[in-house]
Amino acid sequence: MEFLGPILFLLLVVVLVGIALNTTVLGRGMAMPLRQMLKKPSTSQYPEQPRPVTPRFHGRHQLNRYDDGLEKCIGCELCAWACPADAIYVQGANNTLEARWSPGERYAEDYQINYSRCILCGLCIEACPTRALTMTHDYEFSSDTRRGLVYTKDMLLAPAPEGAPDTPHRDKDVRERGHNYYGGKAVSPPGLHGGDHLPATARTMSRASQVLPMAPESEADWGDAPGREED
Amino acid sequence: MGLEENLPSGILLTNLEKFVNYSRSASLWPATFGLACCAIEMMSMGGPRHDAARFGMEVFRASPRQADLMIVAGRVSNKMAPVLRRIYDQMSDPKWVLSMGVCATSGGMFNNYAIVQGVDHVVPVDMYVPGCPPRPEMLLDGILKLHAKIRGETFVEQGSK
Repeated sequence: MEFLGPILFLLLVVVLVGIALNTTVLGRGMAMPLRQMLKKPSTSQYPEQPRPVTPRFHGRHQLNRYDDGLEKCIGCELCAWACPADAIYVQGANNTLEARWSPGERYAEDYQINYSRCILCGLCIEACPTRALTMTHDYEFSSDTRRGLVYTKDMLLAPAPEGAPDTPHRDKDVRERGHNYYGGKAVSPPGLHGGDHLPATARTMSRASQVLPMAPESEADWGDAPGREED
Repeated sequence: MGLEENLPSGILLTNLEKFVNYSRSASLWPATFGLACCAIEMMSMGGPRHDAARFGMEVFRASPRQADLMIVAGRVSNKMAPVLRRIYDQMSDPKWVLSMGVCATSGGMFNNYAIVQGVDHVVPVDMYVPGCPPRPEMLLDGILKLHAKIRGETFVEQGSK
């Protein structure tokens, strides 16, 4: 029973140190780094192991394509109009029978984003009517020149999907595929098919068949509604 | 530097150049020059989460004479421009400037009379980091690219700046 003495003494020391660490101001201050030493460091090892960004992170833009390789951008410039920093430049042009870049009449001949102005706010993404413009998770685009921050269309455009040809396509091939791009409402370039503005995809899917007949709009239909004269 | 005229050209000097450049890039002390919201991200870059100490640049110097790199973090107003230039002039050679965020790079969305449209109107800029504000990783990416640039520099280039 002679070993009981040291054990009791050690126990007493541990208890006293524990009380000292928990009750005194100095003790609590000393306990803090002791606790932190046991924790895993929270430093991100950036260049080697970058941390994943959130799913909706606003990174570099991308111009998307349809599955058949046609570009979604129709050159409407709504993104450029929405941009608060005037960072987007769009030059639209007409699709032709020989060279079709996008369904519908127009496509973006030139598309530039100036990342030395862009604040990555995403208003252009909200403005885009065809979801042609979206944002990626790429954020590593520092450059040592201002020119290197101006991204042109070939840098922004997504690569053509597997097996799909790069743009431009021939209008005939696009029609044969028979895709329904905008609910069949995308029209051909004016004057291509006798100016009838039929859908670009299939002649059988005429626009008129999809639109409900309009209610007749004549003076008689209003009847003698009250307040009509005051207007 | 004038060193290359006094020493024989060849293997000694190229290796010296590499050694000096490595030393410069491995302890690039930034000057504190936070001007706006980008400074918050710059502080985050120096903090424990992103830890610029991993690249030997955790000491943000309050005195420009002890700093090698000026991180212009934020929009530079016309009133601030002469101050910025003076601080740049007070920094001892060799010195580099990193323009952080779109406001410092080109004026960003503040295309108006009050903001200098790009800090390169005032001082020579070595690296532009876009973003509004750039996340700390983006800034680290710019800094690492600047490190690579410094390692590839020659003494002649540095002297002619």
